[in-house]
Amino acid sequence: MYKIVKKQELTTNIYLMEVEAKRVAKSCEPGQFVIVRMDEEGERIPLTICDYDRSNGTVTIVFQTVGAGTKMMADLEEGDAFHDFVGPLGCPSELVEEDLETLKQKKILFVAGGVGAAPVYPQVKWLHEAGVAADVIVGSKTKDLLILEKEMEAVAGNLYVTTDDGSYGRSGMVTQTIKDLVAEGKQYDVCIAIGPMIMMKFVCLLTKELDIPTIVSLNPIMVDGTGMCGACRVTVGGEVKFACVDGPEFDGHAVNFDEAMRRQQMYKTAEGRAILKQEEGDTHHGGCGNCN
Amino acid sequence: MDVLKRVPVREQDAKERATNFEEVCLGYNKEEAMEEASRCINCKNAQCVKGCPVSIDIPGFIAQVKEGNMEEAYQIISESSALPAVCGRVCPQESQCEGKCIRGFKGDPISIGKLERFVADWARENGIKPAGATEKKGKKVAVIGSGPAGLTCAGDLAKMGYDVTIFEALHEAGGVLVYGIPEFRLPKEAVVAKEIENVKSLGVKIETNVVVGKAVKIDELMEEEGFSAVFIGSGAGLPKFMGIPGENSNGVFSANEYLTRSNLMKAFNEDSNTPIMRGKKVAVVGGGNVAMDAARTALRLGAEVHIVYRRSEEELPARVEEVHHAKEEGIIFDLLTNPTEILADDAGWVTGMKCIRMELGEPDASGRRRPTPVPDSEFVMELDTVIMSLGTSPNPLISSTTEGLETNKWKCIVADEVNGMTTKEGVYAGGDAVTGAATVILAMGAGKAAAKGIDEYLSK
Repeated sequence: MYKIVKKQELTTNIYLMEVEAKRVAKSCEPGQFVIVRMDEEGERIPLTICDYDRSNGTVTIVFQTVGAGTKMMADLEEGDAFHDFVGPLGCPSELVEEDLETLKQKKILFVAGGVGAAPVYPQVKWLHEAGVAADVIVGSKTKDLLILEKEMEAVAGNLYVTTDDGSYGRSGMVTQTIKDLVAEGKQYDVCIAIGPMIMMKFVCLLTKELDIPTIVSLNPIMVDGTGMCGACRVTVGGEVKFACVDGPEFDGHAVNFDEAMRRQQMYKTAEGRAILKQEEGDTHHGGCGNCN
Repeated sequence: MDVLKRVPVREQDAKERATNFEEVCLGYNKEEAMEEASRCINCKNAQCVKGCPVSIDIPGFIAQVKEGNMEEAYQIISESSALPAVCGRVCPQESQCEGKCIRGFKGDPISIGKLERFVADWARENGIKPAGATEKKGKKVAVIGSGPAGLTCAGDLAKMGYDVTIFEALHEAGGVLVYGIPEFRLPKEAVVAKEIENVKSLGVKIETNVVVGKAVKIDELMEEEGFSAVFIGSGAGLPKFMGIPGENSNGVFSANEYLTRSNLMKAFNEDSNTPIMRGKKVAVVGGGNVAMDAARTALRLGAEVHIVYRRSEEELPARVEEVHHAKEEGIIFDLLTNPTEILADDAGWVTGMKCIRMELGEPDASGRRRPTPVPDSEFVMELDTVIMSLGTSPNPLISSTTEGLETNKWKCIVADEVNGMTTKEGVYAGGDAVTGAATVILAMGAGKAAAKGIDEYLSK
């Protein structure tokens, strides 16, 4: 069992949990992910690692309640435990493997959308600790949904917050901020974009135009996370890759986003049904055409 | 009684079982087992033992069954096999022990598999456990993977007195026994979990959720965690795809994914939190045991199911019994048929599969006749689900993170057949990680051989 030592509701429907997982904490690197199961019957849910504390043996995860599984997970409290917590899975971010001196010469831009701020944070923090200041754009729908602003501010070179509705920071999508920064004379050697698939797609379309190499982190459907099921296959540069073992980070300009987004819809109806069943409990008697 | 005929085994009716996940074969009762055992002529130079990859004293245990001494029979089997209730169910006996049975020359060979299953089930129902070690060796051995190879190696080493820990990447122990083979062939709670309990009762510890190569490396296990030797039984987990257009459409799955959802995650159960596609018309591409398992699972989930295989029935790699059961249940076999493209609608969902008819030519490297396409024979099968069951290859997670561990061109770990020794000192390997996808019993044989090899190494 993997004990939850800290739980925090960052904003509506987005939760942070610090979990005791010694082996993961000892070996994980920025860019990697874990798979959790809340109880014996639970679904295997992949989540990116937001932070880790090697000396305390804890790993911090951030998740948004999107399906039945994450909704139930949100009900766990400090002192409760996950039944399973496995990782680190996937490859570490390319940045942490790079030569530090070359890294220091680079101008790096991170673009985080929504809950994507969570997996961006450990990379920016790692760079900060290595003496590299990276620019970070964090975008969210509204001010209320913004997460990890303070944490990010402490480790980012420059932090640019933007909200879709203009309720805080700059106004508009993250792509608008990228355009503005470049127009203001900023130059970047590499961009790391993590967020909803649709955001990553549009960031990549833009950075391709701007000629900024871009890395994205994909979060497709997966079961085991060790290369066994192939549910997470994505097409990158015309080749089929497994996001769990070949990724989760890929060259964003080579990813077939349309296919990846389509594949994410695979269980939408089944999942929707599971949520309805949970929310309505015994009162759920169909009407959706799928249930009895 | 006709000594040339085996005592028939009771099975669930084909029509009935096609709609449930209960075990197909019901097994012998005590009277049936004793009657079948009485057909054994107890050969002096028993050929059946030579056909068994773990060399069970078959005439020995059958002689005890004949007398009704089931506990003695169980202890004889468990001297050689850690998982008799599993082997009695999934071993290809027809090409192993039973294939060599002298009785088979003139009549039916002895039903060795069904007798083994009966003895193991009887022992479980009567709370009989295998006998453990009497003396401790005071040395730690790590076993990677809790499938048939790992469990066997761990069980044997524990019996010799070693302090054994198994590291399992998934949340549940059992490897292919829990994620791959369906409930209706191998019940998970009643059989697999109990066999694993038996291995644990020998003192073996199992740590789940540890991906060796990621969370901890083999060198760390040996240098920091005090393991004197390591056995790698990590299996062959990576699914193959055909590389044809449309394969990433929604509704195309690897058999691994489909079976893992159904078996490990219990998605066959409507109440499961893990979803599975309940297709209406499903094609399973491939002809092995895994293809049969996937097809029969899809059938039970309510689909019309086609097996699409490019060679003929004779070349089907699946066990005869599995093919027979599949046909009885209503699986349709489209043989000498090869997919060339998967068709999808605008939203990316599978609508069909373009196939071409095949004919058999000269034998190829595998000794089987090479299938070649029949010109202008393309046609379209209408489908909503395609399951690719084309075999698997070893996961490079361990070999790529362990220095000094040699692999061959198929990414299989190079290991000595006799003792499991790899190119890295103190590290042994066996099962699918070494051979590529094979059978449960061959993996067990390799686990057994490696346990002996490790004991020799640590006794030096």
